[in-house]
Amino acid sequence: MSASSSVVAPAAPPQPARRRGGALRRFARHKLAVFGAGIILFLTLACAIGPYLLPFTDTYIDIMQRFAPPFSGAHVLGTDALGRDMLARLLMAGRISLLVGFSAMAISMVIGITVGIVSGYYGGVLGTVLMRFVDAMLCFPSIFLLLAISALINASVSSIIILIAVTSWMEVARIVEAQIRALRARDFAVAAEALGASDRRVMFRELLPNAIAPIVVAATLNVAHAILAESYISFLGYGIQPPTPSWGNMLDSAQSYLTSAPWLAILPGAAITLAVTSFNFIGDGLRDALDPRMDGR
Amino acid sequence: MSMTMGTHPAHANAHPAAQANAHRGARPLLEVNDLKKHFPIKGGFFGGTTGQVYAVDGVTFHIDKGETLSLVGESGCGKSTVGKALLRLFPPTAGQVVLDGQRIDDLSAGKLRPLRRRIGVVFQDPFSSLNPRMRVKDLLAEPIRNFGLAKNSADLDERVAKLMDTVRLPRDAVNRWPHEFSGGQRQRICIARALAGEPDLIVCDEAVSALDVSVKAQIVNLLQDLQKELGLAMLFISHDLAIVEHMTHRVAVMYLGKIVEIAPRRELFGAPKHPYTEALLSAVPVPEPGAARERIVLTGDVPSPINPPTGCRFHTRCPYAFDRCRSDEPKLQQTTPGQWAACHLHDLPAEKNPLARGVSATLA
Repeated sequence: MSASSSVVAPAAPPQPARRRGGALRRFARHKLAVFGAGIILFLTLACAIGPYLLPFTDTYIDIMQRFAPPFSGAHVLGTDALGRDMLARLLMAGRISLLVGFSAMAISMVIGITVGIVSGYYGGVLGTVLMRFVDAMLCFPSIFLLLAISALINASVSSIIILIAVTSWMEVARIVEAQIRALRARDFAVAAEALGASDRRVMFRELLPNAIAPIVVAATLNVAHAILAESYISFLGYGIQPPTPSWGNMLDSAQSYLTSAPWLAILPGAAITLAVTSFNFIGDGLRDALDPRMDGR
Repeated sequence: MSMTMGTHPAHANAHPAAQANAHRGARPLLEVNDLKKHFPIKGGFFGGTTGQVYAVDGVTFHIDKGETLSLVGESGCGKSTVGKALLRLFPPTAGQVVLDGQRIDDLSAGKLRPLRRRIGVVFQDPFSSLNPRMRVKDLLAEPIRNFGLAKNSADLDERVAKLMDTVRLPRDAVNRWPHEFSGGQRQRICIARALAGEPDLIVCDEAVSALDVSVKAQIVNLLQDLQKELGLAMLFISHDLAIVEHMTHRVAVMYLGKIVEIAPRRELFGAPKHPYTEALLSAVPVPEPGAARERIVLTGDVPSPINPPTGCRFHTRCPYAFDRCRSDEPKLQQTTPGQWAACHLHDLPAEKNPLARGVSATLA
């Protein structure tokens, strides 16, 4: 180890410059996630433009064709008890359900991340108060809370979104708080502070990106949770009110015909399952894709 | 280490003992006065404070412009706490930190932030001190942006490129992620970040301890070159005495939250005036086959900083301890010009003092 007194930079191994879109490549390697993303994209596009392409609207009543089974005539996925086209209703219901899912997720993320990051970063009395509030919120069984509140207010799409959001941000807050508290003590956060970064900068530029993986997973799970929550409020009759269709209230109205017309329950049920599992796969894929250390594996 | 890298004659003569006191005329860059940091121990049913860890208990030193002061001591003696407290990474319990005539220990966070530009910091672990989610470009640009140093984005790029040159890294590496670099290269990035604000002082908190030996030598040489080029002052916190001997101007030895000896490098390594320093020095390996020092093996462990011994904190392990050491706390006193030690032995007549000897006498 005869080191010379002149400074020699260690030879950097030649490496190709990293492309932007490395995350996309990593995501693409995750087959199930790509599948899930495809399903969600398909569902979203179908719900957005599908109703314009169909010969029937979701409220058109074809009284001669009640309980038409799928693939048996003009109605591709059959009709319901009033003779309304199931495909048109599914797509319109998908609009509502996906809208509720994404919007409730976005709102609950904003609340959860803000509460989590503030209590994780500052800790102390403020952090304790905020996290005990989270605990208190978690004590309520969210289904009863949802039902109790929705019984009191006028059920509309936006009120359902807000209702679901304010009952589902607590897990996110906990995840973020735990992550930020652990990251807060790491050298790079301390170094950023020593190099003059403001609190807000340390929180949102240094710490939050390092907590992104569990947040993304929580976000996708939250979409799934919101879709489910909307479904069961609507199923119990307090959510989206007919004639506006949602996957939940379609299930609700299918109850009486489970044996005679099972497709009435199977189709919205399959749509819910498909959407929820797809979001979960996407969450998995994003978790790997957003970690630059996964490169080259 | 010290043998293979040789000594730097420029540094050996830069601060001879006679000059060590001359700083009193000029204002030192950094003064730390009676700095204390006690951590409360929370416990009990109601989470009350049940005790204190006296991590740093009254530390006083100064650093001149362009000077390296090394802070050495065993693990847990509080040397990193001193570094972090003077950087205000946590508020000090008591004492003053004066940077270029301005007290920084009691400033509000907002007033302190622009002043952070003047003190850079390099941490021990280059693997955890760089944000894994930021490219090198952003890592280097961050302090420049924080302090508002760049006029526009072209100026920012130029500054980032210059920093890469300064730490001898290729300019085209700025688009890479930290995990693509080796430990030594990462530490260069950390140094570049510390330099981004054009500081007057760099705190190196065990900056080379986590690196392997050859890389360590490169980083130490880089730090020395930068000090010469940029006229930086350095607080070099380390437990590696071989490195310290190689690169420092003055050394402060800490034991259990207090400085027990502070002296110019030649005096401290040649003729330590505190028994703890003497024992520490005897533990430095001699990089020569067959050679060995006469080891002074201390008995017992470092006492707990929660309940430090009365009197001299070192008396429980000191081979020369006598009655007074157990009751009376020694103050730092000047033994030879520029050399200060906190030990009662120096109050004894010279023939009874085992540490009373000159620099030349010990190099046998």
